[in-house]
Amino acid sequence: MRRLVAGYPVEVRLLAVLVALCIGLSLTTDTFLTLGNITSLLNNNAVNLIWAVGLLVVLIAGGIDISFAVAASVVQYLSAQVFMVVEGNWIFGILVASAFGLCLGLINAALIHGFRVVSIVITIATFNAYFGLLMFFTKGRNIYDLPDWWTDRIYIFEHQAADGTWSELNLSVGIMLVCVVLTALLIRATTIGRQLYAMGDNPDGARRAGVNIWLMHCVAYGWLGVMAGIAGLCQVNIAQEVVPNALYGRELEVLAAVVLGGARLGGGRGTVLGCILGVLFIAITQNGLNLLGISPFAFQMIIGTAILIAISSSNLSFNFRPRRRAAEGRLP
Amino acid sequence: MTDASAPPLALRLRNLSKTFSGVHALEHVDFEVRAGEVHCLAGENGCGKSTLIKVVTGVHAPDPGAEIEIFGARQSAITPTHARAMGIAVIWQDLALFPHMSVAENIAFDTMVGARPRLVRRRRDRKAAAAVLDRLGERLDLDAPLNTLPIAQRQIVAIARALMGEARLVFMDEPTASLTQSETDGLLAVVRTLSEQGVAVVFVSHRLAEVLDIAERVTVLRDGKLVGVFPTEGMTQARLGELMTGSLLSHEVMAHDRSGEPAVLEVEGLSLAGKVEDVSLTVRRGEVVGLTGLIGAGRTELAHAIIGMMRPDRGTVRLDGKAIAPKNIREAIHAGIAYVSEDRLSLGLIQPQSIEDNTVIAVLDKILDAVGLISPTRKRAMVSEWISELAVKIGHPSDPVSSLSGGNQQRVVLAKWLATEPRLLILDSPTVGVDVGARAGIFRTVRRLAEAGLAILMISDEVTEVVMNADRVLHMAGGRIVGEYDPRTTDVATMEERVYA
Repeated sequence: MRRLVAGYPVEVRLLAVLVALCIGLSLTTDTFLTLGNITSLLNNNAVNLIWAVGLLVVLIAGGIDISFAVAASVVQYLSAQVFMVVEGNWIFGILVASAFGLCLGLINAALIHGFRVVSIVITIATFNAYFGLLMFFTKGRNIYDLPDWWTDRIYIFEHQAADGTWSELNLSVGIMLVCVVLTALLIRATTIGRQLYAMGDNPDGARRAGVNIWLMHCVAYGWLGVMAGIAGLCQVNIAQEVVPNALYGRELEVLAAVVLGGARLGGGRGTVLGCILGVLFIAITQNGLNLLGISPFAFQMIIGTAILIAISSSNLSFNFRPRRRAAEGRLP
Repeated sequence: MTDASAPPLALRLRNLSKTFSGVHALEHVDFEVRAGEVHCLAGENGCGKSTLIKVVTGVHAPDPGAEIEIFGARQSAITPTHARAMGIAVIWQDLALFPHMSVAENIAFDTMVGARPRLVRRRRDRKAAAAVLDRLGERLDLDAPLNTLPIAQRQIVAIARALMGEARLVFMDEPTASLTQSETDGLLAVVRTLSEQGVAVVFVSHRLAEVLDIAERVTVLRDGKLVGVFPTEGMTQARLGELMTGSLLSHEVMAHDRSGEPAVLEVEGLSLAGKVEDVSLTVRRGEVVGLTGLIGAGRTELAHAIIGMMRPDRGTVRLDGKAIAPKNIREAIHAGIAYVSEDRLSLGLIQPQSIEDNTVIAVLDKILDAVGLISPTRKRAMVSEWISELAVKIGHPSDPVSSLSGGNQQRVVLAKWLATEPRLLILDSPTVGVDVGARAGIFRTVRRLAEAGLAILMISDEVTEVVMNADRVLHMAGGRIVGEYDPRTTDVATMEERVYA
């Protein structure tokens, strides 16, 4: 237990804060701890969490990607074109969206690896390029004419309360669970995953050990591409339409969640559990402010403060033993 | 045909040359390592040691005409994977480990690379890692993240990782550079264990004493050429140093009596809770005072207390008879103290910046023009003064500091601090990671600065070094000064016994 606390300080701390937050909200509102509220929280955040675990893989490998949310929009648009011609279903849809997402991810990987340019620069470039192309071809118009299988609600859980209100979980929550489990398996249980951690932890050491850096870039950005595509597919099912600029800006919200969950910018650290906690923290904070009737403008401020506290506290370490010589014996 | 009585060879190189864009890094070098032997590869920085290691491990291809035999098998081309499969492993100076991964994962990491992707076999890797550590007679927490381990234990992890790949020939590139004396002894014991188990070890080190201690034979390279292969039996440090540098190094005690000179630094009853206990010392004009002792004896803390990086609890510090109590390094510089830290590479210099910018960074206020902007003329004048004064070998002052060799970088650090025109210079472990020739250069500089009237306090954990180069030697242990020695009447061996005991 002590090892768990020492090894995953951010996750443990965030979990504690989250539990406190939930208890606080359960006591101060009578709406938070209801089945309806919890299921709608999950429905509304499935897409973010799918993105978050995808982004986690890239962060672990020592990269960053700003373009995934816009890439998801591109996938939505391209998939819509395919589904207009070909009769589809969810299996086929997931395959198509994954394929498009994979391609967009591999473009990032190829540019980053081929030109040896830092990932933030490349993905800012592709972020702009994808968005520009999308707006150019769609002329900013929404698509409402979508196949029924895509927009029909599918519930994986339904429950009617005594007062007649329904609570239900969308298909996207199920897809989200599958994505989360698969990502956890990839990074924890496969040799590829361990090489991703190693590459993020010590790139030079990984190269000298013979890790195939090109393959690792493809896995990391490709995985995020696939997750982005699948999340895009799910988001259409929730929103019932394809809006070209609907996802623009969501990338920073997801990045904030992943970083809050303890993933290290620069690589080598981060867990799926942290991602889940990070996304939940942001979701529950927002939800709580709503339920308490506090101005939604406070939300951004609170998230900003939370990130500051989470990141700086992980550098401070909460023991008050005198710091080691190595830490203070430093000269300009 | 080989002589039947000769032990089998782990590695045999004949006529090895390697040219980088016209420059010979290695020229017609022959090199042999016997199976299970501890062999030292010695030479100054840039003599071709690293190039040799990189050719054998397949990082660089040799020039045509070279013959390479590994465990008796003739090799035409070597790739890194191939080298590893043949049982060759390198422990790089930076260890190339993964700080956030566990000890077990670090040791077993190479088994995950190169092969087809598969599931991680945690339990098996853990068991294998434990078995390898057992072979080395070491006990480590397998689940601890690597970055929680001290450097010495990380070395063990790196060695274990090499053994995990069934290594039979291990190259160790300066494994002891950042270890203390007792940690070094531990490492050398592990190297002996390896050798007893039939693993050949090629050991690269700047510390000649341990080279002679551990190796059976030593191959000396100079400027890419083979100087010779010598048994360590009967070899002395002085002789080895000469072979490496090609010139006679002075091995005389340099001490002078400076007791008639006025005191520059006077420390009285200085204490720092738990670190420094009631220390009093004096450094006179033109005097080099050596301060030695084990790591953790409080040497660095004493220096930090003098310059105000740590606030002393009690005691006074006087500079030129005037009591000072600097609150930070800026005030110490202002008072006339320069402190050159032990980690020159990462802390002393701004690597990507130019030599000139690094030289003047501590004295920017002295090179301002009338309007308060940096004057290029004054800057250039100051830089050229110090570069010639310290004989720094450079291309152009605007080249980045990272283009210089370790010894020359050390001189730039010195120049940077000397430009502040200090009264007292504190050198903390000035020769860590510096090769023999450059060390001699540093000590010549130190001596010259002292002759010019500077008072110098030199901290080092190598007793030989302080005895050879200081006018007086202070021995520190447990935060106290426990002895004072006159190098002219002290025997290095007895002194070493006392310090390392």
